[in-house]
Amino acid sequence: MAKRIDATNVTAYYGAFKAIENINITVEPKTVTALIGPSGCGKSTFLRSINRMHEVLPAARVEGSLTIDGQDIYDRDVDVTAVRRMIGMVFQRPNPFPTMSIYENVVAGLRLNGVRKKSLLDEAAEKALRSANLWDEVKDRLGKPGAGLSGGQQQRLCIARTIAVEPQVVLMDEPCSALDPISTLAIEDLMFQLKDKFTIIIVTHNMQQAARVSDRTAFFSIEKTGDPGRLIEYDNTQRIFSNPSQKKTEDYITGRFG
Amino acid sequence: MGDTPHRSADAGTGGTRVTEGHPWPAGASAHVAESPVSTGTPGGPGLGGGGALPTARRFGAERAFRGLTFAAGSFVLVVIAAIAVFLIAKAVPALRANTVNFWTYEGWSPNDPEPKFGIGALAFGTVLSSALALLMAVPVALGIALYLSHYAPRRLGTSLGFLIDLLAAVPSVVFGLWGRDYFSGPVGNLSIWLNEYFGWIPLFGGDGPYGASILLGALVLAIMVLPIITSLSREVFLQTPTANEEAALALGATRWEMIRTAVLPYGRPGIIAAVMLGLGRALGETIALAMTLGITFNISFNLIENGGNTIAANIANTFGEANETGRGALIASGLVLFAITLIVNITARAIIYRRREFTESAA
Amino acid sequence: MTTTLTSHRSRPPAQPPTLRARRLPKWLPPAIALGALLVAAAIVYGAGIGGPVLVVVVGALLYLAGLFAAAHAVEGRRSARNRTWSALIHSAFVLAVLPLASVVWTLFSKGLGRFDANFFLTSMNNIGARDPEGGAYHAIIGTLIQVGIAALITIPIGILCAIYIVEYGRGRFAFAIRFFVDVMTGIPSIVSGLFVLAFWVLVVSPYFSSTGRPGFSGFAAALALSVLMLPTVVRSTEEMLRLVPAPLREGAYALGVPKWKTILRVVLPTALPGIVTGVMLSIARAAGETAPVLLVAGGGAAINFNPFENNQSSLALFVYQQAGDASRYAPARAWTAALTLVALVLVLTIAAKLLARRNRLGR
Repeated sequence: MAKRIDATNVTAYYGAFKAIENINITVEPKTVTALIGPSGCGKSTFLRSINRMHEVLPAARVEGSLTIDGQDIYDRDVDVTAVRRMIGMVFQRPNPFPTMSIYENVVAGLRLNGVRKKSLLDEAAEKALRSANLWDEVKDRLGKPGAGLSGGQQQRLCIARTIAVEPQVVLMDEPCSALDPISTLAIEDLMFQLKDKFTIIIVTHNMQQAARVSDRTAFFSIEKTGDPGRLIEYDNTQRIFSNPSQKKTEDYITGRFG
Repeated sequence: MGDTPHRSADAGTGGTRVTEGHPWPAGASAHVAESPVSTGTPGGPGLGGGGALPTARRFGAERAFRGLTFAAGSFVLVVIAAIAVFLIAKAVPALRANTVNFWTYEGWSPNDPEPKFGIGALAFGTVLSSALALLMAVPVALGIALYLSHYAPRRLGTSLGFLIDLLAAVPSVVFGLWGRDYFSGPVGNLSIWLNEYFGWIPLFGGDGPYGASILLGALVLAIMVLPIITSLSREVFLQTPTANEEAALALGATRWEMIRTAVLPYGRPGIIAAVMLGLGRALGETIALAMTLGITFNISFNLIENGGNTIAANIANTFGEANETGRGALIASGLVLFAITLIVNITARAIIYRRREFTESAA
Repeated sequence: MTTTLTSHRSRPPAQPPTLRARRLPKWLPPAIALGALLVAAAIVYGAGIGGPVLVVVVGALLYLAGLFAAAHAVEGRRSARNRTWSALIHSAFVLAVLPLASVVWTLFSKGLGRFDANFFLTSMNNIGARDPEGGAYHAIIGTLIQVGIAALITIPIGILCAIYIVEYGRGRFAFAIRFFVDVMTGIPSIVSGLFVLAFWVLVVSPYFSSTGRPGFSGFAAALALSVLMLPTVVRSTEEMLRLVPAPLREGAYALGVPKWKTILRVVLPTALPGIVTGVMLSIARAAGETAPVLLVAGGGAAINFNPFENNQSSLALFVYQQAGDASRYAPARAWTAALTLVALVLVLTIAAKLLARRNRLGR
């Protein structure tokens, strides 16, 4: 299932503004990779360019090469929707579809892909909800509005919705920043389990979280406001947090900057 | 769009509720400490004793202002009641004088010594022309609204949206004038063509003449309500949370699938409100139809032959020659029109309200 | 859990094996369009059933069908749907722009014909069917007077009513007022005209007029217009008042300012730009109303500055009456009056929108 992501010289723009410059990174399958760094350093931009969500914004574009198992994501003949199905995304704020029930939210992606058979949908919904550790909490109220759940449950619902289409890679953009500590813990546990099946890339502001859940960590930074974000260091999480090779990384980790 | 005031209203009550606890703020509480009597009915007899206190005058102003706003609020109820009372009072004598069945008779001669008038054909024409107009206008209006909100480049969408807002403000008499002077020609040609090739369908049958028909009236109505529905639904579509749109796209949805999963369900109450507003306008539209319809008094599904009539157009057309019974008859027909629009309005509100409860309990 | 994850390998994979998808070549959609037009022309002219308009219509339908078929064959069903809906939405836009552009174009090309000093400085008094002169001075005066009086009546009542709903009213009574304001929004303009006819013209006016008989007047028209304006003013003011942040009020209360003063000095000024926008939009709409003026002011050819006595005209009514006039000079006057009316309404609307844009509370 899980696939490997290679980024070579990735540069992303918002109109004339260069948000990130020359990012080179390789993400191994079935690992959790954390992107950390100060605000505005472009980690979310990089994350969004991996599944081509960056270009949804007006005048946004990406240069360089991004491949998944060797296939160029930005190739001219590539179907954007296929990229996004292969590389799912969980957002900062839980965003279940407000007009849909819990069940409909989970199967929304499958329905888009033309799965109509009730039994298949039921099976997939249960499987995704179980994988997201949400099944026991919602199995009796699948028909209720998804937005009626608590924040943490909503975020796990969004994770279930994302993994229901069986992507290869799951991108998470600060998935816990809007949640309380207990819900955060539940999601971190979940990431640990999902790692068996998916390649996970997570953007986080919380360094303890990066240290807890990730195998590898990439540190992004900017010189000053208005400059593009750059990748400063990318290494095993343990090494980044114990013995970083770059001074900047160490400063950031120890809280001397950012 | 029609639902947003409610939403903000519900959110806003928090603001007023805060004030509820202490209707007389700091100044008043000091006052209370001095003379606890005034905590009872404000301005009641107890206040007289403390009349020397400076706060008493402020109290009076507060009461006066409150009374003034209360009067203005009640005024709305008075006006509504007056509308009902006066219309009914003037309609009843005419209805008494009517020598035929008001609901079924197809004709309008209330000024004769033996008044004969019936609402059937007029009500039918009103509903038929409005329904046709909406049938044509709604899909197109929603299409343009989607184009402006989700397809057009942002700047183009904004400026075209502004233009549409302006067109929504153009008075109906202008559309009527245009329909009569310029649009009746093409519609006449279309009618002849429809009659030639589709004359076997009763809708397009008849021997002419064609032009000043229900079809023309409905088309003019459609063009008139188009900017109104577009402008409101565009606003609703623009309010779709970006988070939901991105969620759909991240699941691998195409642009149309994103619109179907995120934009349309979210905007549904607003779309219904916009359509109902358009329907209300169409039902009550007077002048544009008085200028374009061929004025007959029979119930017919023929869309292209000269003819057609509506309650409002009939009032405008026959008002000039009406005697007392005639006016009463027209007022009676106005009551029926009012009832129809009221039913449409209340139905729409009921639908929106039910829908909102689902999404709001969700939110 | 892992067992559930791996136990259902049998179902169809949602994942495409590859990211690459076959795409329609860029030149194909235009080619399909061209082909569709040619085929349509062949059908239409071959069968001799119509002209160029029909060719375009049939061509558009063929194009949609062809595009769907081609996209379905090459790119699959989802993409085909996406493309077809996109094409439909774009064509809705084109379809609607044509008549609306025609309205605007006619308005200018015809309206500029009589856009001269004579038109704005003379009335229709003593203008016969053969006189090319004559103008709308009396109608412009009428519109300004009627709308002015209507605004004077409506603005204070509407704002006070909104203040009551937002700041003071609670419980059933406030709910009833809100509900009936909604009901009033749906009153067709002709019904409000009938109401003022039944109430003011027929019942009250005899007591005021010098002749002691019922009479039309500009004031009656103003009353009818204010019935139409009132709900709009109340609703927009209400919405704006609710947008005023609660801390602002609380800040004033904490300083010991009484509630009525807080409302007048803090809340109203904050909401003022929004309120003015709503008021201006309602005035713009009232200025374009024809039906009520026709019913209760009666129209007329002479200049009448007195709103309380004798007939008065208005721009909208002038358009309607000139459009119905047999004189061959009447249509030109009607179009110029229509252009004037639209200019008046649009100036108000644009000013209101610009003001709304600068509104600090925003939406």
